[in-house]
Amino acid sequence: MGSAGKTVLVTGVSRDLGRRFARALASEPEVGRVIGVDVVPPRGDIGDVSFVRADIRTPVIAKVIAKEDIDTVVHLSVVSTPGIAGGRSSMKELNVIGTMQLLAACQRAPGVEHLVVKSTTSVYGSSNRDPAMFTEDMEPRRAPRWGYAKDVAEIESYVRGFARRRADVRVTMLRTANVIGPGVANPLTSYFRLPAIPTVAGYDARLQFLHEADLMAVLGHAVRSEVPGTFNIAGEGMLMLSQAVRRLRRPSVSLPGFMVGQLGSALRSARVADFSPEHVSYLTYGRGVDTTRMREVLGFRPRYSTAEAFADFAESLGVSARPTERALAGLEGRLAGGSTTLGGPHG
Amino acid sequence: MGDAEIIPIGTRGRPGRGTGTAPSSAARGLAGKEARGASGQGAAKAKGAGSGKSASARSARGGPRHGADRAATDAPASSPAPQTGQDSASEAASAAAAPTPRPPITTEERAPGAGIPVGDWLAAFQYAARELFGDEWEPELARLLAFLRRRVTGDYTVDEYGFDPEVTQRFFLAALRPIAQKWFRIEVRGIENIPAEGGALVVSNHSGTIPVDGLMTMVSVHDHAGRFLRPLGADLVFRLPLVGTLARKGGATLACGDDAERMLRGGELVGVWPEGFKGIGKPWSERYKLQRFGRGGFVSAALRTGVPIVPLSVVGAEEIYPLVGNLPAVARLLGLPYVPITPLFPWLGPLGLLPLPSKWLLEFGEPIRTDDYDAAAADDPMLVFNVTDQVRETIQQTLYSLLMERGSVFR
Repeated sequence: MGSAGKTVLVTGVSRDLGRRFARALASEPEVGRVIGVDVVPPRGDIGDVSFVRADIRTPVIAKVIAKEDIDTVVHLSVVSTPGIAGGRSSMKELNVIGTMQLLAACQRAPGVEHLVVKSTTSVYGSSNRDPAMFTEDMEPRRAPRWGYAKDVAEIESYVRGFARRRADVRVTMLRTANVIGPGVANPLTSYFRLPAIPTVAGYDARLQFLHEADLMAVLGHAVRSEVPGTFNIAGEGMLMLSQAVRRLRRPSVSLPGFMVGQLGSALRSARVADFSPEHVSYLTYGRGVDTTRMREVLGFRPRYSTAEAFADFAESLGVSARPTERALAGLEGRLAGGSTTLGGPHG
Repeated sequence: MGDAEIIPIGTRGRPGRGTGTAPSSAARGLAGKEARGASGQGAAKAKGAGSGKSASARSARGGPRHGADRAATDAPASSPAPQTGQDSASEAASAAAAPTPRPPITTEERAPGAGIPVGDWLAAFQYAARELFGDEWEPELARLLAFLRRRVTGDYTVDEYGFDPEVTQRFFLAALRPIAQKWFRIEVRGIENIPAEGGALVVSNHSGTIPVDGLMTMVSVHDHAGRFLRPLGADLVFRLPLVGTLARKGGATLACGDDAERMLRGGELVGVWPEGFKGIGKPWSERYKLQRFGRGGFVSAALRTGVPIVPLSVVGAEEIYPLVGNLPAVARLLGLPYVPITPLFPWLGPLGLLPLPSKWLLEFGEPIRTDDYDAAAADDPMLVFNVTDQVRETIQQTLYSLLMERGSVFR
């Protein structure tokens, strides 16, 4: 193996985003070798990535790190929904125990210099007492008590503990906004794929999105630039939920909050959409994160703004004009075209 | 009067149940015996416009019998039958009552306005458009349609606080403007104290049971200073459905240090009501007495960002819903800071929500500069309290002088 560049360990390569990221990373000149780790082999083409079948929940991962002489670890094996992991308890185990084992292994490996963890802006929670824009040093107004957000909050606290114990390792934590794009399957995209979109009556959430291409780009950027710290990652701008629904040209159904939660559970058990009740508070109050540090300290600029990322996603769903819109556009066209005939008598 | 054509009741319809060829026995029974006996001459005797009393009886019974023999000779009722020997009144009665199958009644022009020529439509439309939008109606209408289409397709932008300037300007402020100008007859003074650009913090007294004063201040600032006032609201505002959404769309955000500083740094004109619920929920007896000014958080936000503080005194808002009582138990149950009892609410139900038409005075005071202080000033509690008191005293004194000046509450 040529020791020209970094040797990168990527966890969670069996999932689509992880696989594509590992593959893209392997083709970069600065990176010597990429080792992908997961419990199940990836389904697609992994290019130059060497896959090692290892469970990060077991100490085997320490052997992989030691044997392959890893210097950079990219931790992507954090799942957001029980559907992927096969139940909430195994999701929790994969997320929290997996991270603990991985960090324990990294702590014992002197060769590790850089750790990149993909976190999420869900750690800030969503409530009516939230500031408009969360900066990286803000705490959630209500600590997440369950679900994905709680897992991520725990993972972050373990990562902070690791950073204290191994001060020589540069730790980059990327809190990404909701990833969206044509190829993304997560609770939010499945929510927007519903034929009629349930919304919480009387509330309009502020949403921020990150395009999948930008997620790849920021992970690659973090590996290359090695800037330590915690960063909010989101596309520029803000989209209201009502606006997003209108842009999709889909009807929305306003329901009381608890019914949206129940509907989410029903849809999940029917396997229509992996959309769980914990998203209800997000869909009620929304969330905004400040990305000044991303631009100024990390030096990353997303290619897609929030609106553009959503437009790209909407295009993949096939947006067609609805009758109201067609009627308005027709009227407008007639007014523009017919203004000469209409304006005849008085002008 | 005398020349009016008298149409006897019941002469046009068919007697009986109407579907058969002969009157029903019930209908025949209704007609009096003598009327039945006189039927032979009765029909012939009736002259001219017919007399109401006997006509109804006749039509109920005599008509069909005549009709039966007439139908054979006279052809369908609608066709212009030759008038042979019978006078017109009985003719009309019997023709209307004829049991012969009439041709179905058809309406040739089904659309209500089909008879109006297209030119007239266009003229009416143009007239209406000119009435509504003025002489420049065409571009105006095009703009309105474009606006509607943007709303329908979601093709507009909101800022990071969820502020939707377009809908605020076109709907919220437009809806509030008549209330401000016609109902409360707001008089604005010292508008030149609001800087034309850059961040500034407008600090106002709070009153009126419902924060109507905030809305009115927003309209007045927009109309007189040409800037959007970005209000800071309590977290309760954002917990309430609809209210919270509208507040964010209208430019409000949560009253917390982070948001206030962020907005001020962004060069916005921020409005804050430091009395909060203590101010709007104070009883009628304490009107125009400023309550505690929070913890001075707004001053530290202004000190940190170095923006001027513009004190605003609002007179008139106290009188819109005089708070004479409170229901603390209900308020606790609903999670609200207070449940008001006013002279009209809840006695008159929704009508009690009508604010009393008091005359309002808004006076913007001279800005208090904060850019002279150094960066550490915001962390000096003594200085923060002093500036807070200065702002509070300014507003209180202005309130007193405005009250002296004001002749009556409603004038």
